[in-house]
Amino acid sequence: MTNGWTDVSNADVVLVMGGNPAENHPVGFRFVMEARRKRKAKLVVVDPRFNRTAAVSDSYTPMRAGTDIAFLGGLIHYAIENKLYQENYVKLHTNASFLVKEGFDFAEGYFSGWDSGAKKYDRASWQYETDGQGFAKVDPTLENPRSVFQLMRKHYARYTPDAVANICGCTAEEFRKAAAIICSTGKPDRAGTILYALGWTQHSHAVQLIHTAAMLQLMLGNIGMPGGGINAQRGHANIQGSTDMGSWNNLPGYLKIPRANMQSLDDYLKANTPKALRPNSLNYWGNTPKFMVSLLKAYYGKHATKENGYGYSYIPKPGETENYGWGPFFDKMHKGGIEGFISFGMNPVANGPNTPKMLNALAKLKWMIVVENFETETAAFWNAKKLGEKFYPTFVDPTQIQTEAFLLPAACFAEKDGAFVNSSRWLQWKRAALPPPGDARPDQEIMSRLFLAVRELYEKEGGKAPNPLLRMNWDYTNPLNPSLEEVAREVNGREIATGRQLNGFGELKDDGSTVCGNWVYSGSWTEAGNMMARRGQEDPTGLGIYPNWSWSWPANRRILYNRAASNAEGQGWDPLRTPIRWDGERWRGEVPDYKADAKPTDYGAFIMLPEGVAKLFAADLVEGPFPEHYEPVESPVPNPLHTNVSSNPLATVFHGPLDKLGEAKDYPYVAITYRLTEHFHYWTKHVASGSELQSNFFVELPEELATAKGIKGGDMVKVTSARGHVEGPALVTKRIRPLKVAGKTVYQIGIPIHWGFVGRVRGPLVNNLTPSAYDPNSGTPEYKGFLVNLEKA
Amino acid sequence: MGYTINRRQFFQRSALRAGAAVTALGLDLKPAIAAARELKISRTTQTNSVCPYCAVGCSVIIHTLGDKARNVHPTVVHIEGDPDSPVNRGTLCSKGISLKEFVVNERRLTRPLHRAPGQAEWKPISWEDAYTKMARLIKDTRDRTFVEKDEQGREVNRLPSVAMIGGCTDTNEINYLLSKFRFGLGILSYENQSRL
Repeated sequence: MTNGWTDVSNADVVLVMGGNPAENHPVGFRFVMEARRKRKAKLVVVDPRFNRTAAVSDSYTPMRAGTDIAFLGGLIHYAIENKLYQENYVKLHTNASFLVKEGFDFAEGYFSGWDSGAKKYDRASWQYETDGQGFAKVDPTLENPRSVFQLMRKHYARYTPDAVANICGCTAEEFRKAAAIICSTGKPDRAGTILYALGWTQHSHAVQLIHTAAMLQLMLGNIGMPGGGINAQRGHANIQGSTDMGSWNNLPGYLKIPRANMQSLDDYLKANTPKALRPNSLNYWGNTPKFMVSLLKAYYGKHATKENGYGYSYIPKPGETENYGWGPFFDKMHKGGIEGFISFGMNPVANGPNTPKMLNALAKLKWMIVVENFETETAAFWNAKKLGEKFYPTFVDPTQIQTEAFLLPAACFAEKDGAFVNSSRWLQWKRAALPPPGDARPDQEIMSRLFLAVRELYEKEGGKAPNPLLRMNWDYTNPLNPSLEEVAREVNGREIATGRQLNGFGELKDDGSTVCGNWVYSGSWTEAGNMMARRGQEDPTGLGIYPNWSWSWPANRRILYNRAASNAEGQGWDPLRTPIRWDGERWRGEVPDYKADAKPTDYGAFIMLPEGVAKLFAADLVEGPFPEHYEPVESPVPNPLHTNVSSNPLATVFHGPLDKLGEAKDYPYVAITYRLTEHFHYWTKHVASGSELQSNFFVELPEELATAKGIKGGDMVKVTSARGHVEGPALVTKRIRPLKVAGKTVYQIGIPIHWGFVGRVRGPLVNNLTPSAYDPNSGTPEYKGFLVNLEKA
Repeated sequence: MGYTINRRQFFQRSALRAGAAVTALGLDLKPAIAAARELKISRTTQTNSVCPYCAVGCSVIIHTLGDKARNVHPTVVHIEGDPDSPVNRGTLCSKGISLKEFVVNERRLTRPLHRAPGQAEWKPISWEDAYTKMARLIKDTRDRTFVEKDEQGREVNRLPSVAMIGGCTDTNEINYLLSKFRFGLGILSYENQSRL
C-alpha cells in the first residue's frame, strides 16, 4: 500500500476492484465503512461477482474477469475527455510534459520495436527526447503531440464507454455512472483511494493492470494524498515483508540480482545505479552503492573486503535473460532438471497453478524437504493417487516415486518472535508466547542446523565451490538457533567500527564501514531499541497516521509520495488533508517523502525516480510503456481491439503435454477463483471452526446457465478445463450476471479455493483447473479468467 | 511488561463494573458471565502477537496458562484482539477469533517424518538422523551440479538443480536468514507467496 489501512477513512471515494475486503479483509474493511460514515464517502465496486463488498456499495458494475485494463483505460479516457483530471497536479508531479522519441508508436496490438522472430521488444523508441546533458525535454503546456500527455490521450482514445462495455460486458451507462463517481476525485479538495488484491495481480497482464491504476490515480491527483493512493490489500501476514526481503530476481531491499554479464561489483553498480533524467531529480537510487556494499558486508562479514568487491562474486548470477521464477523452475522440475526442493511453509500442490503438472514435477525429484505446521498436499504428494481419489487418475503409485521426502515440524506464529509487515508497510513485532509442541522447532533453528550441517561436511571433506558457502556470515551468538532480535539488529544495520546501530539508511556508506541487511528497514532497530515493538497511540495530524505505533518502512513514513499532496509552493492541495507542508524552513507533519529541509522547488516530488516525477509513460515493463488491454491467455472472445494480437504477446506460457490451453468451443465459460471469509488459504481446513462453518467445496454459477443446463441448487456438477477437473455441489446464484461481450453472451463461474486432499475437511483443489500462464513482469499465474466447461455430474 | 499490568487492571476494572451492575439490575446473567470470563484469563500470561492470516495485521493478545514453572509446557487458553492497535482496536474476524484452535490443534506436526523412496508411508526419524541425511543429499547434489562458470567462462556460482520456496508467513528475520541460506548454497530458483 502507498497509504495504509488507517488512512482509508480519509477517502471521499473508495474504488474496490480486484478485491473483496468485506469478506477477505473484514477488519480492514471497517476503514471503508468509517470513510462512508465520517466523510460520506462513496464506495464503488467493479467485480465479476456481486459480493459482500458490492452489497454495501453505492455503485456496483459487473465485469468480465481479465478486462480490468479496458475498464481503467476507459476511466483515463473519460477523465481526459471530460476534463476531470487535476491539471496542476499532472503538470507538476508527472511526466505528462516529457517528450517521447519520434519512433514511438502503437498499431494493431503492438508497440514500436516488436521483433516478431524473437517475440520481444526493442525498447529504443520508448525513450524520452533528451538534450545535450542527457536530460529529458519537456513541454510544460502539454500541447506538443510528442508529449506523454498527448500520446496517452491518443492511446486511450479507443477506450470509449461503448468500447469498454463491449469488452468488459457491463453497459456503457453502468460504466459512465461508476466513472462519474471515481473521476469526481480529480479536484484538489477530493481524494479517492483504490483497494485491490489478487483479482488484479493474478493475470497474464497484471503488472500493466496496476500501472493503469497508478496512471489513473496520478491523473486524478490522488497519489500522496491522505485518503488516496493505490493500495494492495495483500493476502498473507508477511507477504509484504517477504517481498521486501527479495525473490528470485531481487536481493533484500529491491536491489536487483546481479546478472552474469556484471562480473565485478563495479559492473553491477554501473548497470543498476540510475542517472537523473531532469536537473531537479533527487534520484535517490543514486545511493545504490551504499545499499549494496552494506548488504554484502552483512552477508560476508570479514570476508567482504574492498579488494574482493565485498564478496560480490559469491552471489549466484543468472544469465542476462534467464528466468528462475515459479513457472520456469517448476517446468524445469517437470522435465527432470531439478534434483532437490526445499519448502519453508508453502504448499505448491495446493497453491500453484495446474496441480496435475505440479504433482508430476515433484515426482521427478530426488529429494524434498518440507517444513510445516501441518501435513500438506505438497508433503504428501507421493500419495495423491490414493488421497486425491478420482482427480489424478493417471498419477503413479507411491512405489514408482523415488523422491526421498522429509517433513519437519515447525513452530507456528505464536511460538516465534519477529516482525510481520502488514499491507500498510508497518513492521509489527510479535513475541513468542509458548514453546512449540512436542519435537517441533522454530524455522530459524531448522534452517541454521541444516545450513551448518552442510557447511560442516564441506569443512571436513572439501567439495565444489566451498567459498560462497563457507564465507556466508552466520556468526550469531547461537549460530544453531539465532536470536531473531540479533538478526533484526543486523537487518537494521550498524557502524562496524563502533557497533552503533544506525538511525536510518541516510547513514549507510559505500566504503565497507557499515553493515545493513535490508536498507529499506534501516531505522527499525536503532540505539533507542526495537522501533517495531512501539505501542504509542498518538495521532498528532489527526489523519490516522499513528507515527509511534510499530514502525513503517521507509523511514517510518506512513504515506508514500506525500510531497505530491502539496503544490509547487509546498502547501497542501487540500488544506484539511495535508500530510506535509513547507513552513519556509522545513517540512512539517508526517515524515516527508522528500529532503526534510529542501525547498519545494529544489526537487521533483518523486525522489526515487530518475525523472523526479511520477511516470504515466514507463518503459520499465516488458510489454509497452502504456498499458493495453490484452485478453487472458484463455478467452471466450478474440480481443475486440485487435483480434490478431489477442492475449499478451509476452505472457509466459509453456508447451509441455500437461500445459494444454483450452479454446472457447470446448470450454465456453470464464472461471474465477476466490476466497471465503471463514477460511484462510489452505490452512484452516485443519482448524475445527472454519471447517465446520464452511465444510464443503462448491461451484457458484449464474441461474440463467443453471436453467439452461437443467441444474438445480445442490446438484453435483463437474467443471473441466484443459488441465483437469473438480466436482462439487452447484450454488445457483443471481450474484454473477451473464454478460454481453462482443455480441456474445458470456457466463462466468466462481470457484472457491481452500480445499484439498489433506485436512479435517477435504475437497477438490481448484488448481486442478488453472493454466500454466504467467505475467511476464512479476511471474504471477493467471488464476482469474480461464476457460472451463460445466456439466451435471 | 508495563503493558501486561495494564491489561490485568483493565479486566479487574471491567469485573468491578460488571459487579456493580448486579445490585442495580437484580437477576441478571451478566455477573456470572463476567466472573467466568475473569476466571478464564485472570491468571494467564499475556503476550503481544500479530495474527498470521491476512495482511491487515491485527494485533492479538495470546493468553497462556501453566508457564513460568520449570518443566511445565504452557497452553494457550485464549487469543483475542488487542484494543490498543490502531488497526483492529480489539476486533478480529471469524478466522482470527478462532486462532487458539490453530495453535492448539491435534493435527499439528510434532516430530520429524521421513518417507523413503518408493515407500507408501511416513516413518518417524530423529532430528539428528534427518539433518545427517538431508545435509548429505544437499552436498551430493551441490557437488555434482554446481555451476561455477557458465559456457562463456563467466563466474556465476549457481546451483540450478535445487529450488526453494517459502517465507510468506515467516517473519522478516527468517526471510532474511533464508536469503543467506540460499545465496550460500547458490540457489537462484526461489519464490514466495508474494508472487502467487
